[in-house]
Formats: sequence, structure tokens, C-alpha cells
Amino acid sequence: MKIIVCIKQVPDTKGGVAFNPDGTLNRAAMLAIMNPDDKAGLEAALRLKDELGAEVTVLTMGLPKATDMLREAYAMGADKMILVTDRVLGGADTWATSSTIAAALRNLEYDLIITGRQAIDGDTAQVGPQIAEHLGLPVVSYTQDLKIDGDYAIVQRQFEDRYHVLKVKLPCLCTALAELNPPRYMTVGRLFDAFDQDVTTWGRKDLPTLEDKDMGLAGSPTKIARASDKVKKGKGVKVNLDAQESVKYLMDQLVERHVI
Amino acid sequence: MNLEEYKGVYIFAEQVDGKVSNIAYELIGEAKNLAEALKTDVTAVLIGSGVKGEAEKLGAYGADRVILVDDPELKEYRTEPYTHALAEVINKYKPEIVLIGATPIGRDLGPSTSARVATGLTADCTKLEIGDFPLTVPAGKEDTQKHNQLLMTRPAFGGNTIATIACPNNRPQMATVRPGVMQKRAKEAGRKFELVEFNPGFTPNKRYVEILEVVKKISDTVDIMNAKILVSGGRGVGSAENFKILDELAEVLGGEVSCSRAVVDAGWKPQALQVGQTGKTVRPQLYFAIGISGAIQHLAGMEDSDLIIAINKDEDAPIFDVADIGIVGDLNQIVPALTKQLSAYLASKKQ
Repeated sequence: MKIIVCIKQVPDTKGGVAFNPDGTLNRAAMLAIMNPDDKAGLEAALRLKDELGAEVTVLTMGLPKATDMLREAYAMGADKMILVTDRVLGGADTWATSSTIAAALRNLEYDLIITGRQAIDGDTAQVGPQIAEHLGLPVVSYTQDLKIDGDYAIVQRQFEDRYHVLKVKLPCLCTALAELNPPRYMTVGRLFDAFDQDVTTWGRKDLPTLEDKDMGLAGSPTKIARASDKVKKGKGVKVNLDAQESVKYLMDQLVERHVI
Repeated sequence: MNLEEYKGVYIFAEQVDGKVSNIAYELIGEAKNLAEALKTDVTAVLIGSGVKGEAEKLGAYGADRVILVDDPELKEYRTEPYTHALAEVINKYKPEIVLIGATPIGRDLGPSTSARVATGLTADCTKLEIGDFPLTVPAGKEDTQKHNQLLMTRPAFGGNTIATIACPNNRPQMATVRPGVMQKRAKEAGRKFELVEFNPGFTPNKRYVEILEVVKKISDTVDIMNAKILVSGGRGVGSAENFKILDELAEVLGGEVSCSRAVVDAGWKPQALQVGQTGKTVRPQLYFAIGISGAIQHLAGMEDSDLIIAINKDEDAPIFDVADIGIVGDLNQIVPALTKQLSAYLASKKQ
């Protein structure tokens, strides 16, 4: 069985967020990590590899430095690494991103494609379902459990107040929730090996089914009209008193502001 | 694509178990504002099985027209055939704008549909308006500016940046909209609307998945999005048992208890009570953040609350950056004492 996991390198929001003087994000000052939902998806693939002997390929589209993240995936247990990178692919919205990744996937054989539900930088949750749409595959978003039974995937799909247990014919695409399962650590042995492995690198010319009108900034239907730092609201008050005085202060404020 | 052919503001009226969800009414409320600016009307697209009776409610909340797609294949939500239904409505009726709630259903249906009809989609919008694109043009190039475009504003990066996005060359202009942000209009019982029934035909193919089981989570939890007062706890509360002191405060205030993601991860509270980027967006009149450090993922879900009170022993906690009133101190001493004094005060006021 062949599994492809689409992963994205994102800035780590947990370690704090840095801004440039012009208000744009200073990505260089932030640690780059594997997107958490994608990492849970990779772990799901590696568990299927442990259980059924699957071949796991990780694929990313991004800058050449995303190779570091591919090697991390290899050190966790992935078998093959593919980087899709080309200047003309930059500035893509989700339509152009999903068109490009779908074109890369057409070069490969697969039984199952896994993506994360959403990336923590863009937060759109669109690329996974759009890849499935381009490839004509069934899609299951919000996957919280994944098993393989012969030619079918048995998937738990999370909703607000319930989940569905779905039987889906392979090949299909699942988008993984970070809760799907806790990702394993890299092993030292594989980490050493990871740097001897070739990363397959594809550019525009390696994506023959991709049309020019569907890639990069020019091929993106959505356009940014304006981007700005979030407007912070006025500074509140902060007091550091002993417990009794704190409670009195709070009571006075609640009464004064007509909250109670 | 002839952009002139596309007219009207459409909303997807999400329903679960045959009952229209609150987000549909919020979307109609916002769609009315956009339709007024464009001098057009609002259409709700209701997709399901045996849901005709719900159309009247959509009309009462402001829909001028309801397009009903009713078929046994549509009983439970599945990406396919729902995408087929919505995409065929778009292909036939050619809306200018389509709004979908950014729920676990809408965030699947939106991208699938936008890819099928080959247009742009902006995710999780918090503000929509009609305006010009580009916003400003150099002198002499005024004729390149397009008017009456949908300008879609959304937070990105966990709420740290705000982007305004347009979709100038494709139709419809599609957006998913965060639940709890837009305002519904007052209900007008018996309001007139047009009902249009449309069935594009549903032939199962390999993309129709089989539902083996529907597991409803047993939950007696309230919908925190409707609460006027929320008492929210984080990791600092210490244990599931210790949430008792928050329960007591909430009860005295007539509010509800909610929590941060750390609390859900620790198994102290169910996910339905989680506030934040991967939980719910809330905008109560009063929000207590107790033992919550204030990671940006949490702030994204509550910072529009009218009054935010933070209680935390770490005076450098980022929650104090958004709190209107910040109390540095031990929640175990402050919260029970506050509950006691509030209780006494409210009792005295009643007399």
C-alpha cells in the first residue's frame, strides 16, 4: 500500500510572534516547524506502515529550506521525500496551491493521501478538500480515527456534536486533526540516515498537467487588498493586591460598570 | 466567465437533523447588509431530506427566496452529494456572492464547492463589506479599478494579522464566515418569500461514502456561544475537581463555564466548552479568564468580549494584554471569596 502525506512547514506560533517594523510578520525570527495537524497525519501513516507494511512518501511545496522538515519526517519513519519548489509557484492562494499539489500527486501512485485539517499560519482548512476535488477523490475532513480494511478506509469524521463512522473506497484523501494521535519522536539512527537520503525535487517543468493559469500569484482567484497588524484595544488596568483587596476591587468594578 | 451574469447574495442554510442551525440566520443578517449595498436580494439555499418545513423560518429571518434541494441522499451531511447540490445551484442560478458558515460542515463544503465551480474562497471571515478593488489606484488608471466587489476581512496567523481579500475576476465570490460574529435580524413571523424547489439528480458514484454509524456525543453541555457571561478556566485551575470553584462563580452570576484548549487536552472538560481558534468564538458581555495564560490561539476566540477580567498569578501572562481588568493573584483565594461576596451582594439587592 502506498500512502502520501502532504506536509507544510509553518512558523511556530507557540514561541511568540515577531513583527517587522512595517507590521508584517517577521517569519525569519520565528522557529519553523512541521504543521501540527500534518504531523498527526504523518503519524497515522506511520502506524499503518507498522501494521500493514505501507510505503510512506512525504510531499511538500515550499522554499528549499523545507527540506529540513522533510528530513524530520524521514527520521520519524517516512520512506521517500519530495519537495515541490519553483519561484513561479510562489504567492499561491489555496486554489493555486491545491492545483499545484494535485499536479505533483498525478506523477505518483497512491492508495491513500493524508493532509492536515489546516495549517496554523493560513488557517483556511481548504487545501486538502480542494486537492481531492482536483483529483476526483472522495474526501474525509476532520479525521479523528483511521483504519484500513481491505480496499476501504474506515474513518471517524468529527462534527460539532457527533462523529460519523464512514466506509470509504480507496484511493481517498483524509484531512487529519492534531488529536488523531500523538506523533512519535525521531530516532537517532534514522536522523543520521536522513541526511544521506536524496530529496526528490520538482520544479514547474516536472508538473506537466499543471496549467499556467492555475499556479502562483497570477493563478490565484483571491487577491490581498490590504494586510495589517491587528488593532489592539485600549490598555486595561492590572492590579497586584492581596487576595482580600483584590476581591474588593473586583466587586467595586463590577458594581461601577453595572455588570451586576 | 461573464461576471455580469452573476446576481444576488446567497447563503448556505446549514441544517443538522432537519433543523436549521443558528449560523444560517446570522448569514442571512449579514447578507441583507450586502444585498442592500448592491441593491439586490438574499437567497438561502436549503439542502437536506424532508426539510421543506424549515424554509419558512429562513424567510422569517430575512431570506427573500429559498432554493430547496430535497433528496433522500442528503439526509446526513456528506461531502458528496452536498457539493454536487450546491455546485449545481451555483451553475444554474449564478449568484454573485455565496456565504457559508465556517463550521465543521461548512469548512468542508466550502472548499469542495469552490474548487468544483473554479472560483476563490476566503476562509473564516469576520467582516464583509462592498467596496473597490484595488482600494487605491494610481492617477490615470482609475478605469482599472473594479467597483462593488466583496471585500472579505479575516484574521490569519491565530489572529495576529488581519487581511482583507477580494476575488475580482471569478464568480461567485465565496466566503466562509465565523459563527458568532455576524448579527441575525429580528424574526418577522409570516414574512413573504419565494420558494423554489430544485433537484439536480443524485446518482451515487465512488465518491459517495457509506455512513456505518452516527455517534452523537452524550452532552448536557450548553452552547457557550449564546452565554452572556462566561467563567473560563485554564491549566492554572489545576484539576478537574477544582473547576468546582468556577462552577460556583458561574452559578451566582447566571453564566456558564468554558475553558481553554489545555483543559480539554488534560481531559478535564469536553471540547464543546473550548474557547479559541480550534474551539468556539465567543462574545459575551462578561468573560472571566481564570488561570488562562492567554496564548494567541485562545485570544482569537474571546478578545471581542465586552468586558474581560483576568485572574492569574503570573503578572507577565499575555492574557493581561487584552484584559480590561487584570488581577494578579492566586485564583484559589480570590475566586471563592468573590463568589461569596457576589452572592451576598445580589441577595441584598433583591430584598
